Amino acid sequence: MSSIELRINGKDVRRSVEDHQLLVSFLREDLGLTGTHVGCDTSQCGACVVSVDGATVKSCTMLAVQAHGCSVATIEGVSQTTSLHAVQEAFQRHHALQCGYCTAGLVITAIDLIEREGSQLTRDQVAHALKGNLCRCTGYQNIINAILDAAKRLDVAAQAAE
Amino acid sequence: MEPFSFHRLGSQQARLAALEACDDARYISGGMTLLPSMKLGLVAPSDLLDVTGLPGMRDITVEGRSVRVGAAVTHAAIADNAALNAVCPALCDLASQIGDRHVRNRGTIGGAVANNDPGADYPAALIVLDARIETDIRTIAVEDFLVGMFETALHQHELVTAITFDAPDIARYEKFPHPASGYAMAGVFLARSNSHYRAGITGASGEGAFRCGDLERLLTTGAPLADIAELRFDDLDIFDDRHGSRAYRENLIRVLARRAAVHLKA
Ligand SMILES: Cc1cc2nc3c(=O)[nH]c(=O)nc-3n(C[C@H](O)[C@H](O)[C@H](O)COP(=O)(O)OP(=O)(O)OC[C@H]3O[C@@H](n4cnc5c(N)ncnc54)[C@H](O)[C@@H]3O)c2cc1C
Ligand code: FES
Ligand code: FES
Repeated sequence: MSSIELRINGKDVRRSVEDHQLLVSFLREDLGLTGTHVGCDTSQCGACVVSVDGATVKSCTMLAVQAHGCSVATIEGVSQTTSLHAVQEAFQRHHALQCGYCTAGLVITAIDLIEREGSQLTRDQVAHALKGNLCRCTGYQNIINAILDAAKRLDVAAQAAE
Repeated sequence: MEPFSFHRLGSQQARLAALEACDDARYISGGMTLLPSMKLGLVAPSDLLDVTGLPGMRDITVEGRSVRVGAAVTHAAIADNAALNAVCPALCDLASQIGDRHVRNRGTIGGAVANNDPGADYPAALIVLDARIETDIRTIAVEDFLVGMFETALHQHELVTAITFDAPDIARYEKFPHPASGYAMAGVFLARSNSHYRAGITGASGEGAFRCGDLERLLTTGAPLADIAELRFDDLDIFDDRHGSRAYRENLIRVLARRAAVHLKA
């Protein structure tokens, strides 16, 4: 067992974990943050993607102890209010999900992509950036539409705030 | 996964002490290869020693054209490093083609060379760049380091600390990824320095990455690029499996080699 301290969605958390416990199981089972999903458990599908110190990772392929001292962002924390984050809203508007199994990972991936590339994103860049996220039911066109739209709206909002 | 103890190493003394104290210790860097193999039960170490916090392991230094990349530098950090992009953009481009963003954010160059997967990308580049692999006890030329499929010259518990090389005048990596796994079905790294060419090929052979002397001679002597179509690989163990026949892979090498050559000659 190891004692770990980390920040999750802005809150400090201190827990004891088994050294071999995966980050995804720590989030889901110990903390009840079940928005992060396990699709494949083999580092392929991206359903488990969360952000650790600002970098997206597959939480099924990282140990909870490796997140000690880090700041973790999960789908539960993307909106700090009762309304949806602009990327979630765009997914809804564009019908970018059906069963929703892949959605949390995709939203975290999309937010990271928009933060890095801004509204300059091209369709091709978005398609490439989704390489590590599999969606088995919606198809990717609406997902890409949603991400491009969210990138534009977030840019307009940022400019208005200036 | 079988239970194990995890140790975060902060110094070389701590590393040596941990090795002394543990039964069956294994280094972990990005964990992108090790954790999946542990989940499958292929390896079950008693202790994992996290090397990513050791001094100097996460630094990239570029002085003139000489480059040093710490073993625990992630693929994403290599892809995005401005100083490295200025002297050897082809290596950054190669790193940006590994797996997906999430994998690149954790996987490291040291873990990749220690693993020496025949489908891995870096080996093609490192043999062309005549890289040196620095460990805690010695410096090994990359051609001596990469022994064969999943095999290196590392002794048990020898630690890769850095990879060093001199940037070439120009280079290019062309990869054809396996549509499902993303690993190279074939990847060709080509570089030119002082009008001399070097070529490295990965993904296509059970012997791991290899240099292609015929391609190097063809380019260095200024033969027409159309001659690349005549390259033969008869004396090599080229993969012939359900993902692609031998003839298909050989052709893939020629096509990728030509693309890379067109880029260098332009
Ligand atoms: C979905 C997916 C797709 C991938 N696609 C590609 C791809 O397209 N191309 C490609 O090249 N790779 C690919 N990889 C592999 C990836 O590049 C890994 O990051 C890399 O092979 C291992 O690096 P690591 O830092 O994660 O090593 P780890 O998994 O931590 O370790 C791998 C091995 O190296 C040993 N080791 C680690 N660090 C050291 C060190 N400093 N000294 C000595 N031994 C050490 C470990 O003990 C272990 O045996 C992919 C992986 C995944 C999960
Ligand atoms: S559950 Fe982690 S990648 Fe599929
Ligand atoms: S919405 Fe069902 S898997 Fe993507």
